[in-house]
Amino acid sequence: MTDIFFYIFSIAALAGAFGVVFSRNTVNGAMFLIGTFLSMASLFVLLEAYFLAVIQVLVYAGAVMVLFLFIIMLLDVKESAARKTSLYTWAASVIGFGILIVGVVAINSADSIREKAASLPEATGVSLKSFGYELFTTYLLPMQVTGFLLLIAMIGVIALSKKAKAD
Amino acid sequence: MIGLEHYITVSSLLFAIGFFGVLLRKNTLVIYMCLELMLNAANLGLIAFSRYHGGMGGNLFVFFIITVAAAEVAVGLAIIVALFRKRQTVEVEELNALRN
Repeated sequence: MTDIFFYIFSIAALAGAFGVVFSRNTVNGAMFLIGTFLSMASLFVLLEAYFLAVIQVLVYAGAVMVLFLFIIMLLDVKESAARKTSLYTWAASVIGFGILIVGVVAINSADSIREKAASLPEATGVSLKSFGYELFTTYLLPMQVTGFLLLIAMIGVIALSKKAKAD
Repeated sequence: MIGLEHYITVSSLLFAIGFFGVLLRKNTLVIYMCLELMLNAANLGLIAFSRYHGGMGGNLFVFFIITVAAAEVAVGLAIIVALFRKRQTVEVEELNALRN
């Protein structure tokens, strides 16, 4: 049963990703990206990372994408249909994509991954309680630094969005 | 039976598609969305490895990545808005002020 769900959600995620790359309209692209993020949250659930699935929906599909849509509509970008993508760009993109695909095949044909995949260990309490415990013991310093980073980001955004007085 | 290699395949394919989009598209906002897609693909890989390893280090790492990504999106979009205010465009081909 979980196998079927895995295939449904991974195909939805991949289709949404292609939609982001190929959609002419930026708003449609953002909608496809929301679909991809939701499918990935479902994959997180299948991997029994429930807390991260909720965070994914709240932060990514919620806050980040609302911010994206807000900016897209605020800027009101002109349709770039007239602009042709050059042949060089196409060739470079396809070659880069192909190299990464070769990497995927190489990783998946490694024996160590198959050995590891054969034995699925018990889900080690990825509950909210153990999350909080780890965050406030082992990962206390990264947690504090992250809080400071959020403060810096907030100040930076305010400084960037302020109208420059000089011009 | 779905194993680790299936999740890694999906994760790396999503990363490859995001990379493809960064190279192909000319709109800064679309490039930025593709970057977000690549970050998320890496998250999926980390969670899959964490699940099959049996620890929760990967999950905590993903937690920090999501926090940093949220901050990064806010700052990046503010930069794009400032850029648009100055140049009236978000197409990367027209942003060549450093060329000469």
